Amino acid sequence: MAERGAARKRAPKEHELATLTGTADAGPLHLDQMIHERVRLGIVSALAVNGSVTFTDLRGLLDTTDGNLSAHARKLEEAGYIACKKSFEGRMPKTEYALTPLGRRELQAYLDHMEAIIRATRS
Amino acid sequence: MIPARRARSTPEPVALHDRAMDNLRFIRETMERSASFTAVSGWAGVAMGAVAVGAAWIARGQTAPMAWVVTWIVAAGLSFLVAVAGMALKARAAGMPLVSGPGRKFASSFAPPILVGGVLTVVLFLHGEAALLPGVWLMLYGTAVVTGGAHSVRIIPLTGIGFILLGVAALLAPPAWGDAFMAAGFGGLHLVFGFLIARRHGG
Repeated sequence: MAERGAARKRAPKEHELATLTGTADAGPLHLDQMIHERVRLGIVSALAVNGSVTFTDLRGLLDTTDGNLSAHARKLEEAGYIACKKSFEGRMPKTEYALTPLGRRELQAYLDHMEAIIRATRS
Repeated sequence: MIPARRARSTPEPVALHDRAMDNLRFIRETMERSASFTAVSGWAGVAMGAVAVGAAWIARGQTAPMAWVVTWIVAAGLSFLVAVAGMALKARAAGMPLVSGPGRKFASSFAPPILVGGVLTVVLFLHGEAALLPGVWLMLYGTAVVTGGAHSVRIIPLTGIGFILLGVAALLAPPAWGDAFMAAGFGGLHLVFGFLIARRHGG
């Protein structure tokens, strides 16, 4: 106990940062890699402020390619962060995405995580 | 030893801090950009179209230039109120503040061409060139929609381009067609694009 206490006293910031940033020895409190990736972070952020967004709008918004967007959207969908609805508008296929409650919770957790990093580096 | 340790450990927290800040900035900007297109209310566009069709019907019965201009200015004022109410309702439904980043950005890009239009309206009217007003109004409103919706979904700037083209046509056409162009632009384009925006972009 005394040793752990001393370690904490010696380098509280390093310990805190390691935990926050998810280095190998940081344990379960790692960064959510599902959201951390830029395109996926963009998808989740865009959906957080809209009921639903079409594939075409997301592609324009995030300035990415069809293949890249659909690969990342599929990953988020498989993880249960977003829901996908496919329909037809006339003869044109239409894909719409919406954030699931899980996705919203995870984005909130990610935001908290980023704020914690900033707080830790400021203190 | 101590300075060496400091030198080694300092860059990491700074980089982490910067990365975290960068991530937060990215999230905020993505939210703002994606929210800007939803702030434009399609149903308000449809209502504005209906106002314009009514105004065109009233305006074509006016023989005095002053009465004609006042008819359209009243219609513009009404449409402005409808647009703001539509955006406020849509923002509230999405749980977003109207006067936040995207709303302010849209207004600051939309306003300059409209203000120029106001000045030109007075100048052209005083010089007895009221016949040019439909073309000037359509073009400047179109410019405002293009600039206001520059970072929005493609349908918004496309709507603006439609107005600009119609404005050019109005300036080249006989003056007697002015109200028809106003009805086609502020009425027709608002009705069609308003309906499409409402259907595709959440109201």
